[in-house]
Amino acid sequence: MRKTVYTKSKGLTDIPTHYCPGCSHGIIHKLVAETLEEMDLLGNTVGVAPVGCAVLAYEYFNVDMVEAPHGRAPAVATGLIRALPDRTVFTYQGDGDLAAIGTAETVHAAARGENIVIIFVNNAIYGMTGGQVAPTSLIGQVTQTSPYGRKENHEGFPIRMCELLSTLNGVCYAERVAVNNVPAIKKAKKAIQKAFDNQVNKRGFSIVEVLSSCPTNWGMSPVDAMKWVDENMVPYYPLGCFKDKTAGKEA
Amino acid sequence: MGKGAERVLMKGNEALAEAAIQAGCRHFFGYPITPQTELSAYMSRQMPKVGGIYLQAESEIAAINMVLGAASAGLRVMTSSSSPGISLKTEGISYLAGSDLPCLIVDIMRAGPGLGGIQPAQGDYNQVTKAPGHGDFHILVFAPSSVQEMVDLVFLAFDRAEEYRVPAMILGDGLLGQMMEPLVFPERKEEGRKKPWATTGHQNSRPKNIVNSLYLKANLLEEKNRERQQRYEKIIENEQRSEEYLTEDAEIVVVAYGASARIARSAVNSAREKGIKAGLFRPITLWPYPKKALGALGEKVKQFLCVEMSMGQMVDDVKLSTSCKVPVAFFGRCGGIIPTPQEVLAEIEKLAGR
Amino acid sequence: MKSKDCNMIFAGFGGQGILFSGKVMAYAGLIDDKEVSWLPSYGPEMRGGTANCSVCISDEPVGSPLVVAPDVLVVMNKPSYDKFIDSVVPGGKVFVDSSLVELTGEKRKDIEIYELPATKLSNEEHLEGIANMILLGKMADKVGIVPMEAVLKAVEKCVPARKAHLLEHNKRAIELGANYAD
Repeated sequence: MRKTVYTKSKGLTDIPTHYCPGCSHGIIHKLVAETLEEMDLLGNTVGVAPVGCAVLAYEYFNVDMVEAPHGRAPAVATGLIRALPDRTVFTYQGDGDLAAIGTAETVHAAARGENIVIIFVNNAIYGMTGGQVAPTSLIGQVTQTSPYGRKENHEGFPIRMCELLSTLNGVCYAERVAVNNVPAIKKAKKAIQKAFDNQVNKRGFSIVEVLSSCPTNWGMSPVDAMKWVDENMVPYYPLGCFKDKTAGKEA
Repeated sequence: MGKGAERVLMKGNEALAEAAIQAGCRHFFGYPITPQTELSAYMSRQMPKVGGIYLQAESEIAAINMVLGAASAGLRVMTSSSSPGISLKTEGISYLAGSDLPCLIVDIMRAGPGLGGIQPAQGDYNQVTKAPGHGDFHILVFAPSSVQEMVDLVFLAFDRAEEYRVPAMILGDGLLGQMMEPLVFPERKEEGRKKPWATTGHQNSRPKNIVNSLYLKANLLEEKNRERQQRYEKIIENEQRSEEYLTEDAEIVVVAYGASARIARSAVNSAREKGIKAGLFRPITLWPYPKKALGALGEKVKQFLCVEMSMGQMVDDVKLSTSCKVPVAFFGRCGGIIPTPQEVLAEIEKLAGR
Repeated sequence: MKSKDCNMIFAGFGGQGILFSGKVMAYAGLIDDKEVSWLPSYGPEMRGGTANCSVCISDEPVGSPLVVAPDVLVVMNKPSYDKFIDSVVPGGKVFVDSSLVELTGEKRKDIEIYELPATKLSNEEHLEGIANMILLGKMADKVGIVPMEAVLKAVEKCVPARKAHLLEHNKRAIELGANYAD
């Protein structure tokens, strides 16, 4: 007798994603979609897609979606939540989008304490355009546009967004998670749930930074990419909660 | 203009803001810049009183993208700025156009290029009528020349923007924004247009909506652009607006819009007093340009004189509208200097051989 | 000056109520069913420097709201007097707060210049800070483009609610100016 052991979340459409093999976006999409479904938010949510690898997220999430200009997702989300204060509004952004071209929008949406969720996917590289150095690329990291490795006296230092944002009074919750092993994925899911719970309860700005892998542009196998997250990213980008107003945790 | 007790005296910038509120706009996102200042200030005072939102963004770029967000929700939303700020907003305007979102953008022009100056100018003409951002698109551009007309055109701009699903712009300048004039607010009439495309949450009762300007398949993008082009053709057919003054028997017709048209009108009156058959053609829409009316006028006049607070950006449109059949002279001031009626009169007299 | 229209410049230092005077006059024109416009100078000069505004009152729609050749000039400081005096049309009228502006050199003969110690009067009559209204009263009386009742009604429109207690002061200042002997 056959029985169903797994069903795709209703939070995802049936459109096949375009993500590369071994890319973490699929896992992160799934976690967000499951959370929205479990919290019965699919009908009441408007998501904002970025420019970058996740640009087509507007096709994949089974909620109303707006596709924002590069880096502007937090401003677009601000317009949405101010217009629709009783909806759930979230952005889904990569590191180039959030921490380079959209730094101002990110910081100010956070400072205003906009009641939105930001899912920040940090894979330390520009994926969509073919692997250029990102604001979060690590020192020494070789990319298409840092062929001799990122240098602190040239490109400067990688930005730790969660730490930076957690200093702002408007931020309710800032946590960094990873999705490169099963326990990490479970923790990531909890963080995403908490962020949306904050949003539904109008607690203000929540950001979940997810360390993600990009085997294609890192030039390694998916398995090696998962290891690279632990060996290279986590030491610079420590996992954990940097701010949680609900738990009295301040930066 | 109506006469009597219902007339009020207001600055152009404040009248624009009040008209927008009366037209049902409840969301305003802006960034401080002279000389549109009073518009934002008025919104910040009044919006909370009518249950609306005024939010000062961290940048012009953020402001126009907040407009994009609120417009996606299907609401009447606006922003205002002045020339340098409009340059920054062009990215967002392109996305709004590409996403078929209606909204209202006010440009109270100042002198440029660069930081330029803060005095009135009309140097954004080419930018807003020809290329208000990257890609193949247009926005509706309305050019009021009085405070009353600023009010009237705000209502019209919101309405037409929603009808055609395009961004609309009110193109004013520092003179119109700063001056006070009597005006009468029209009877409030909201069309209450349904927006089934808005992203408000599907409530599990309809297919999901997507507001988007990305089409990775070239044939789909061409199809989308052609569909939008058809709307543009309809706009060109139906929405050209202009005003003519003393043109019936005119031999020399001044073509001017906005503040320049006020000055030109005074000059035309003076020319008539001197026995010169002068008239005024005033475009009210700059896109679509009122080619039909100007073309018809070109069949009967001897000479056009384009008067602008720029270095002649509108001249080509006058020539094209009249198929270059009639000579087009130009007089303009720039840098923030307002031409005087005397200067314009002198140009008319020169053309009349006086 | 044509009887049907009147172009005015009000000028002085920021804080003297120059823009307010112009606004009262524009409102008086509105109340009298005329076409009017009011245009301020704006920009850095507003912040501590000179301030001026153009007011047009006419039976016809106003063309350029920027007055370059005024029929009427109201000035409350010397720099403004020097800046605008030569632009006044022949036959025009000029109103000067003589407590603040000392007219030196030769005066124009083709215009009427009224010198009124408005600031001194305001201090004597416990109308501190509204010398502008005294000067306005004199001007409205002498120019006569709008009836005095319209000017007084206009003040009611222009004094903000939070300053309503100053309304009577403003009216008294206007009347004081209007009745001040030349």
